[in-house]
Amino acid sequence: MIQALFFYLFAAVTIASAVMVISSRNPVHSVLFLILAFVNAAGLFMLAGAEFLALLLIVVYVGAVAVLFLFVVMMLDVDFVELRQGFMQYLPIGVLVGLIFLAELLMVAGAWVFAPEATATATAPIPDPAQVSNTLALGQLLYTRYVYFFQVAGFVLLVAMIGAITLTLRHRAYVRRQNISVQVARTRATAIEVKHVEPGRGL
Amino acid sequence: MTAFPDFALAGPELLLAAGALLLLLIGAYGSEKRSSLVSGLSVLLLLVAAVAVVIGRDGSTFGGAFVVDGFARFLKVLVLIGSAVAVVMTQRFAVAEKFFHFELPVLIVLATIGMLLMISAGDLIAVYLGLELQSLALYVVASFHRDDGRSTEAGLKYFVLGALSSGMLLYGASLIYGFTGHVDFAGIAAAAAAGGSTSLGLTFGIVFVATGIAFKVSAVPFHMWTPDVYEGAPTPVTAFFAAAPKIAAMALFVRVVMEALGPVKAEWQQIVAFMSLASMILGAFAAIGQRNIKRLMAYSSIGHMGYALVGLAAGSEAGIYGILIYLATYLAMTAGAFAVILSMRRDGAMTEDIESLAGLSRTNPTVAYLLGIIMFSLAGIPPFAGFFGKYFVFAAAINAGLYWLAVIGILSSVVGAYYYLRIVKIMFLDEPKGAFEPMGGEMKAVLGISGLFVAAFALVLGPLGDAALAAARTLF
Repeated sequence: MIQALFFYLFAAVTIASAVMVISSRNPVHSVLFLILAFVNAAGLFMLAGAEFLALLLIVVYVGAVAVLFLFVVMMLDVDFVELRQGFMQYLPIGVLVGLIFLAELLMVAGAWVFAPEATATATAPIPDPAQVSNTLALGQLLYTRYVYFFQVAGFVLLVAMIGAITLTLRHRAYVRRQNISVQVARTRATAIEVKHVEPGRGL
Repeated sequence: MTAFPDFALAGPELLLAAGALLLLLIGAYGSEKRSSLVSGLSVLLLLVAAVAVVIGRDGSTFGGAFVVDGFARFLKVLVLIGSAVAVVMTQRFAVAEKFFHFELPVLIVLATIGMLLMISAGDLIAVYLGLELQSLALYVVASFHRDDGRSTEAGLKYFVLGALSSGMLLYGASLIYGFTGHVDFAGIAAAAAAGGSTSLGLTFGIVFVATGIAFKVSAVPFHMWTPDVYEGAPTPVTAFFAAAPKIAAMALFVRVVMEALGPVKAEWQQIVAFMSLASMILGAFAAIGQRNIKRLMAYSSIGHMGYALVGLAAGSEAGIYGILIYLATYLAMTAGAFAVILSMRRDGAMTEDIESLAGLSRTNPTVAYLLGIIMFSLAGIPPFAGFFGKYFVFAAAINAGLYWLAVIGILSSVVGAYYYLRIVKIMFLDEPKGAFEPMGGEMKAVLGISGLFVAAFALVLGPLGDAALAAARTLF
């Protein structure tokens, strides 16, 4: 009962905030609604018993991606109002595409057959969720059987990072950089100068 | 719990990975002066890894995703030599053109790890990850000279098209997985063999995977990026692109079609035969009108990959043997040719015009004779190395009954001989246009060794052929 209540709560808020993401005029509000949608979707995952996905959604999407969006929206001078001009004239074709997708989804879901032998041929059988939490189950698989792929994927990300830095980092001579040891090594003698000012004269 | 996987089999790769991380630290924390040290250490690391590959043992680990066999070992040594030569040739040039950073050799080492993983791939996930590790590093290396518009353009083009081809490969891999239920090559082969007639889904999967890999091999009709990227990328990077990644991609192609799709040979043989045919013809005709030597080398490499694919189309042990010999000779010829191209400097600037080689036989006869030998070899004229590679693949094609492929291959190599011999004519018969700056010591060494190897290939064919034969046999 209480589960159903929460399901409808999360689902309703997710859909409502998703609508707000595309309809609100202020882009900052859009991103905030996006975060709300993510958090509620995480709630839905939690109800479905996928606690790892729920936490991942919060950590990765809310923690990193949404904040990144927010930075982009606030730092780039994009005129979203102008961008959205004539947005409504695309509504009929948008609705049409949406309906086609819906029909396709229904057809796929209607014809869905789960091959009975598929569970038997799986390389790692799905453990009983009552016994093992899915974080543990994923970890056991990822760091044993798939350790090779995991490490190589790590290297791919490392290459991406090195590439981004080499292709964009420029050392500009005129940028003043923070040098903590110099800052700490400052003494009163080097930092302030005492001027004797005679009364009534000024400097 | 699964047993702890055998990491020792992946020793050379682990060595390179740890070494790359260490070099990154040395480069990041060392002064600018130390960046040449990073280059030197990278070469050393690649050569040590090659030794580790030679003395390593056979086997498969990580649930069959990583395979070490004779085939993998032979090609890994070629790739490591190719990368080491590329790093050697990069250093001085990049410093002179003021785009050297310590990341350049490190990225080459990381790309090499990707290539080794591709060669050793035993399942589709490993194929994709190895390919991405290699490609991602190559995209960055292509646009490494970031103040040069052409270099960044080359990098961007390569990246966009490469991402598209990765997508195709992934789509094909997902179809193959969906229709066979396996990602490991042995499982796919068993499922494909059990099916009797091939399912349409599997055929589609094969087409998409072949497309994705053909892009990396730059086989026609997925070659469009090659001339632009080769011309735009910094020349030492082009030298790198033309050798090691081609060998790795070809190895991957051979392994995927022979090991995973061996039972459905009829499905892929016609695809490979068509790509081989188209590459040979385009490589021969499109290079004729080129004035820029880097573009010429790009079309030449498209053509050479076409010849190597003839061996794969044959799909026999002799065909794979031919590919291995072909790739070994191709590596030597490419390295030698690029050692000369990189030394085409006059008045402190690089020239890429073929005409600027005019009269090289009088200004620098040694280089002219060595380049002449390499050009004769690229054209496939006996007794030089290039002839043997072509001979073995064509012989395999004839034995496999692909007469038309062999005949058209021989005809297109006659057409291709025109532009190789034109370079010889320009060097020996045209009036000199002034000498080039003196060659660097490392360029002399690369040119000398590869020229000697190409000229005296008949002598080394014995031991090299034995190794290649043993390597080809492991796939059957």
